[in-house]
Amino acid sequence: MDTSPSLLSLMSFGHDGWGARFVDGLVVTMEVSLAAYAVSLIFGLLGASAKLSPYRWLRSIADVYTTLVRALPELLLLLLVYYSGADAIKFLLSFLGDDYEDVEVDPFAAAVIALGFIGGAYMTEVMRGAIQSIPVGQIEAAKACGMSPLLRVRRIILPQMLRFALPGMSNLWLNATKDSSLISVLGSFQDILFMGYRAASTTKHYSFFYTMTALCFLIVTLVSMAGIRLIEARVNRGYK
Amino acid sequence: MDTTLKVEDLHKRFGEAEVLKGVSLSANTGDVIAMIGSSGSGKSTLLRCINLLEIPNSGRVYVNGELIRMKALPDGTSKPEDQKQVERIRSKLAMVFQSFNLWSHRTILENVIEAPVHVLGVPKKEAIERAEALLAKVGIADKRNFYPNHLSGGQQQRAAIARALAMEPSVLLFDEPTSALDPELVGEVLQVMRKLAEEGRTMLVVTHEMGFARDVANQIVFLHKGQIEEQGTPGEVIGHPKSERLKQFLSSTRH
Repeated sequence: MDTSPSLLSLMSFGHDGWGARFVDGLVVTMEVSLAAYAVSLIFGLLGASAKLSPYRWLRSIADVYTTLVRALPELLLLLLVYYSGADAIKFLLSFLGDDYEDVEVDPFAAAVIALGFIGGAYMTEVMRGAIQSIPVGQIEAAKACGMSPLLRVRRIILPQMLRFALPGMSNLWLNATKDSSLISVLGSFQDILFMGYRAASTTKHYSFFYTMTALCFLIVTLVSMAGIRLIEARVNRGYK
Repeated sequence: MDTTLKVEDLHKRFGEAEVLKGVSLSANTGDVIAMIGSSGSGKSTLLRCINLLEIPNSGRVYVNGELIRMKALPDGTSKPEDQKQVERIRSKLAMVFQSFNLWSHRTILENVIEAPVHVLGVPKKEAIERAEALLAKVGIADKRNFYPNHLSGGQQQRAAIARALAMEPSVLLFDEPTSALDPELVGEVLQVMRKLAEEGRTMLVVTHEMGFARDVANQIVFLHKGQIEEQGTPGEVIGHPKSERLKQFLSSTRH
């Protein structure tokens, strides 16, 4: 019992405490999660469009993408995309001339793209299903008044899709906050899990610091869920 | 008389089934043409081929004298040569659907101004003023800020008619506009349509409402198995049916 005050002081924001470093870690985690999620939205939108496209070769590319990504462990994929992605970019740049030989791929960008690429495969399926749930008649009504395909996507399909996609997208956001912790194995990031590990191994208070780390994730989730409820209420306002 | 809409020798196949077997039709300004026929006769398909929601296999459609340019494909289907032309012509052919098809994520007012603002480029303020006048005309001005799902079927269909009118179309296409409605809501929609006919709007109406066809249309077209079996004034078609099939159809619809 008498150890708890000293344990709590370990989370203080002073010189000896880990509080400030946990906050820094949380900031890194949120930055990576948000950026990776944004990237996964782009991959998801492209993937869903490809899957619903009339061109077979586009559908095939999207099928290979979602099958591969969903088949492999995320940690393995992250390592693959992170390292080979950077090599691929360097390789492509080498065609542009020698000036680009020393280009270093920003580790943050590489990690975000890798995570977004993985999340995008799941997002593809969520968005494809959502687009297919839109009542055909509403799209026909848009066609019948002369809307161009692009206008239909922007004004009718995307806003309607959001309603059907939101539950899946919310799940993927929660996943994104957790998957961001995978980057701690890359060694270049001091995210919340990395901080927890450092604090635990330095002080040997493993249970305490991993519990603190878990609490941080729990807080992120609880705040996210509150936000999701607000968004759901707004998106569903015409349906209740 | 100007020919607002002309359809020539329209053919449409769905796989093996030939749904339209060479249908020709024309509507002058102010004509109200009721298209009747049993289900499967091709009347809805005909309507949907006019604004290319279905692509006919062959045939020609003219709107205000302008031919929709189509390109025949080797597999026996065809496709529009110029998508932009299709979009422009569609904006002159407003359609009212059986199941209303209002955009459920937008309010009634937003539904009505959507296409005028984004397709025709009408300034938003002007579009709103016009939309409010149209909603008043169809009797649901007080529902302008409601979402479609919060209205009755009859109110939704009247909103859909206002949405169609907002395009200031040359022709109004009605695809069984009262078939999805509860019986007690049919009257309010027919009343609005009657008013539009009296204003001299050009209308093509696929309908099962024989009373409406008889009283409001100036021309009735009876379709049977993808062909026009009989056509003429209500007095001729309903009053003095010639073909056996039309007689059968009329007796089956009179209860």
